[in-house]
Amino acid sequence: MSAAAEPLLRVEDLRVQFPTEDGVVHAVDGVSYQLAAGATLGIVGESGSGKSVASLTTIGLTRTQGARISGRILLQGQDLLALSERRLRQVRGNEVAMIFQDPLSSLHPFFKVGAQIAEAIRAHRDCSRAQARRRAVELLELVGIPEAQRRAGAYPHEFSGGMRQRAMIAMALANEPKLLIADEPTTALDVTVQAQILALLRRLQGELGMAIVIITHDLGVVAEMAQEIAVMYAGRIVEMAPAEAIFARPEHPYTWGLLRSIPTLQAPREQALVPIGGTPPSLISPPSGCHFHPRCAYAQPDHARIDPGLEPVAGERGHTVACLLSGEERRRIWSQLRGAQGESSA
Amino acid sequence: MTRYIVRRLLWGVVLLVAVSALTFVLFRILPTGDPARLRAGHNAGPRVIAALRVDLGLNRSLLEQFWLYMKGIFLHLNLGYSYYSDASVKSLIADRLPATLSLTLGAAAIWLVSGLAVGIVSAVRRGSKLDRSLMGTALVFISAPEYWLGLIALYLLAADIGRLKVFPGAGSYVGLTSDPWRWFTSLILPWLVLAATNAAIYARLIRGSLIETMGEDYIRTARAKGLSERRVVLRHGLRSAINPVMTILGLDIGVFLGGAVLIETVFDIPGIGRLNYEAINHADFPIVQGTVLIAALFIIVANIVVDVAYAYLDPRVRFR
Repeated sequence: MSAAAEPLLRVEDLRVQFPTEDGVVHAVDGVSYQLAAGATLGIVGESGSGKSVASLTTIGLTRTQGARISGRILLQGQDLLALSERRLRQVRGNEVAMIFQDPLSSLHPFFKVGAQIAEAIRAHRDCSRAQARRRAVELLELVGIPEAQRRAGAYPHEFSGGMRQRAMIAMALANEPKLLIADEPTTALDVTVQAQILALLRRLQGELGMAIVIITHDLGVVAEMAQEIAVMYAGRIVEMAPAEAIFARPEHPYTWGLLRSIPTLQAPREQALVPIGGTPPSLISPPSGCHFHPRCAYAQPDHARIDPGLEPVAGERGHTVACLLSGEERRRIWSQLRGAQGESSA
Repeated sequence: MTRYIVRRLLWGVVLLVAVSALTFVLFRILPTGDPARLRAGHNAGPRVIAALRVDLGLNRSLLEQFWLYMKGIFLHLNLGYSYYSDASVKSLIADRLPATLSLTLGAAAIWLVSGLAVGIVSAVRRGSKLDRSLMGTALVFISAPEYWLGLIALYLLAADIGRLKVFPGAGSYVGLTSDPWRWFTSLILPWLVLAATNAAIYARLIRGSLIETMGEDYIRTARAKGLSERRVVLRHGLRSAINPVMTILGLDIGVFLGGAVLIETVFDIPGIGRLNYEAINHADFPIVQGTVLIAALFIIVANIVVDVAYAYLDPRVRFR
């Protein structure tokens, strides 16, 4: 009944902490978002921003690491965090599947690729070995691996990088999940192969209708994939908006930094990319106030005290930002930054 | 694959030739006394000794002797004759081999199984009280000399001198074919003692190897597929973690087949190690030489088996 109103995935105030000898790591610090069936969300941030931990937690893979987890992760209304390990295992690889950054290390080096895919099928489906194997070959064909029959009998080290990621995708899609989490799926690949893998994901999403959460540090990757983008910094979402708005009207100084550090073909070679100054914050003792203030060029003294929450951006649907600057100031600064960039490329 | 095995085998033969040559040189260089005199015994006259010199080929040039020696080993499997008992070294070793084989293979099965069980449990429950007490116990067994463990075991459990008369004691070994039940019971204590130290080493090794493997990305993938933790550990984890263990297992078996001198001596088991020990006591050099060669042979063969097994266990090796 509430199918229309209830999104496929709703994450509410997710917090993940890892107790370590040096102190408690606040890897994810109050993250909320939702995702409609068949839609794509991009989560962008630098390493250590908590984006991977948040996603691993979705399928319970941080449980084994002694993480302290709070909040809710609702998949079709069912709270995954409240599930027993046994019940969660039925969701994992079945309703929610995941692919990872480095396909070579993510595939078991001693098992044949076809067998690894067949295992994923047999983990959730009651079928014979032979049936699972046939299905594995079909899946390899689906992700565009030539001579799938023969390739199913090969080991991962006999595949190229792009083929391995295709095989990982085949494995993830084995049980036709409703949600695919792709954690830096193209980072370890050559640029040309990256584009192929993204195109493949888009095609498969069109054919199978699953929702995708794509995690990356590269705004260029999500630009092609996501309808909506969440920018994460120090375990929090600092800006969230439709993809088009993130690129056209970014509101957060950190998002500006991310955008200005992307090389574009239009820009002349002399134009220097602008890196984000400073180093990523410690997640054990994050900076006071706005977590980004030590690296923010526009920080005011009281930004070190006041902790901004995500607020809607005036006049924009679905655009929220956690920044203490006023809306006018932000728009003024961004138009200057963009102007400066436009000038030097003219 | 075949080429790989052939290459390993040829290399093994080369190694064996080198070891044989080395033992020849060693026994000519070392001050072992005159072999003819040693062989002749105390009361032999100069005539007998001179005849023996000709018999043993000692009157020939060193090069000629070397040629005859190598030819004897590789064409006729002739390792010479014992000074002390007059029997051929080959037959003496053949007599003693079954006991050493029984001891080593039985102990290896015990230490592998128990080492695996303890190692896996410790790795999975890493940091728990159980893990700590298991690893603590393992350390005790690793540190304890095996002859000491053997004596303690005899003192506590042997039927003749033990506090609890449970198992047959030292010197009770009989061949498998003559009385299987006595063979089995007489080997229980030696097996356990020989296995104890190794089981402890293997448990620590497997624990370390498995903990490392469980941090690999492909273990995360296995979990992400929704496999049970048991399957993740026993199939995906152990499959990788077992490789270094298999390598060492092969070598250890090779070494012990060459003679588990201490255990065979403590339990008075007539094996290769004991033969060697007796030969050294009697300055019976042909036997020492023969057992050294046999030990080298076992270690070389074990190495080849390990290499081939490794290529079989790790598909990435095969194509290199």
